[in-house]
Amino acid sequence: MASRIDQEQVQHVASLAKLDLSSDQLKYFTTQLDEIIGLFETLSEVDTTGVEPTSSVSDQINVMREDVADNWGQRDALLANAPEAENGYIKVPAIIDESEGE
Amino acid sequence: MNYFQKDLASLHDDLVAKKITVTDLVNATYDNIDATDPEVNAFLNLNKEAALKKAAELDEKGIDQDNVLAGIPLAIKDNIVTNGLTTTAASKMLENFVPVYDATVMTRLKAKDTINVGKTNMDEFAMGGSTENSAFKVTKNAWNHDYVPGGSSGGSAAAVASGQVVAALGSDTGGSIRQPASFNGIVGMKPTYGRVSRWGLIAFGSSLDEIGPMTRTVKDNAIVLSAIAGHDDHDLTSSTHEVPDFAAELNENTSVKGMTIGLPKEFLGEGVDPDVKAAILAAADKYRELGATVDEVSLPHNKYGVAAYYIIASSEASSNLQRFDGIRYGHRANDVKNLEDVYVKSRTEGFGDEVKRRIMLGTFSLSAGFYDAYFKKAAQVRTLILKDFQAVLKDHDFIMGPVAPTPAFKIGDEISNPMTMYMNDILTIPVNLAGLPGMSIPAGFSNGLPIGMQLIGRPFDESTLYKAGYVFEQATDFHQQTPTQGGTH
Repeated sequence: MASRIDQEQVQHVASLAKLDLSSDQLKYFTTQLDEIIGLFETLSEVDTTGVEPTSSVSDQINVMREDVADNWGQRDALLANAPEAENGYIKVPAIIDESEGE
Repeated sequence: MNYFQKDLASLHDDLVAKKITVTDLVNATYDNIDATDPEVNAFLNLNKEAALKKAAELDEKGIDQDNVLAGIPLAIKDNIVTNGLTTTAASKMLENFVPVYDATVMTRLKAKDTINVGKTNMDEFAMGGSTENSAFKVTKNAWNHDYVPGGSSGGSAAAVASGQVVAALGSDTGGSIRQPASFNGIVGMKPTYGRVSRWGLIAFGSSLDEIGPMTRTVKDNAIVLSAIAGHDDHDLTSSTHEVPDFAAELNENTSVKGMTIGLPKEFLGEGVDPDVKAAILAAADKYRELGATVDEVSLPHNKYGVAAYYIIASSEASSNLQRFDGIRYGHRANDVKNLEDVYVKSRTEGFGDEVKRRIMLGTFSLSAGFYDAYFKKAAQVRTLILKDFQAVLKDHDFIMGPVAPTPAFKIGDEISNPMTMYMNDILTIPVNLAGLPGMSIPAGFSNGLPIGMQLIGRPFDESTLYKAGYVFEQATDFHQQTPTQGGTH
């Protein structure tokens, strides 16, 4: 059976989505995604020549508002949700790769 | 407190007449939950301390006799953010997330003095149709604990159906209010897209997501929708359409006489369980008896809905869920050496399989070389699905059909096969793609499990659905049947 997506492509998609798959998961997801993409391909039966795509069904079009900054005064509550914070800042690991040169 | 014998109006009367206090009501609600939830697993997180405090305040202040929602305990789906109360969307990613603001629906419910009892279980990030994708627990169908409650709003549905609360909020992106309502024999409304503000609803598919009420009766549902609906400056897709007092139109004079109802032949086709089909045909006869005309109609593109939806919803999800990067909030992996590690390891550990599957489907559909064949094609098919509905609704007041092709399935039966699970949504998904209001109401039973009927209306015409649902409810007794408290196996 010709597959619609192979392990190499799934690996590529996972890396674009910032996900890491073990080799077992890669196999498992490849089989499932292939089947689902097969479903997607049934859309090719539909003649959509000249049909406009629909991206929103809202009845509100181009609503404008003033660009005003609003301070909710909740710095501490916001920082409490950060995995690590210090001196009022969110702390992240060094961006420079420490694994280089190991 | 036996909620099976109560609705919003009778609870309100008891509160106004001081037969019970709000504190009594809240305590009784937690007693119900303590007795049933160890088995049902509807709740992820209870809000007991704050709820009792609020109850005492309301008892002190007194119940406003014009506000039927005053002092009423409600359950809230855990993808609706609640200020100061952990909100997880049933994901490990948000296990310790404490919102710093209330969703607009919560602000509106607070203004009505309702009481937030707690947060209900769901499929992780609302992705799924059985609530088995929760990272934390498996919720049971209120009618039979071996069966799924449906999803993704399975916790809210089970909480209402098992008599823990009288009403709950859910959200619906492809059927997540209507299908669990159907599986649990309650009333679930997915309002018109834009009817209810999405501000504070953790985003899944932004062009499809909608918050709505889940209740045991149509009138209760109408009351809650009027309270939460309306334009919100924080959600610029929310509509400026006027919000009617939906419940005020439901009384002994409400009728479907002279209405024209469309019954799509595609909704009773292959794959629809014979008991479900029989229940819907019986409901069509009931509407004829009540003075309406029921015509067979066609929605020729309905069968492409599932494919179009899983491209569009997954694409929107892959974009919306990029924000979970382990930096500002949410899960961050330990043992990371650089920024890329923070992103990849945090997301890999924080998301469950279904969420990963959808993120990858979306990323694939939007990726270079595939965008036209998948995303654009799906958006064009969406237009055709919308036009099918418009054509039928031009000369029909509403559309009727099943909510789901089958009653609830057994826990564990479908979770390993995503395609089977996705096909359960074949009759609800097109309604989200078209942005129309859709409601599930009880319409029968099959082997002791409820069957739901779906009513689909014109944009912003929830009124007609409530009227038609109310009339059907008055003429039948499906909604009066209740599961055994404690459930059966």
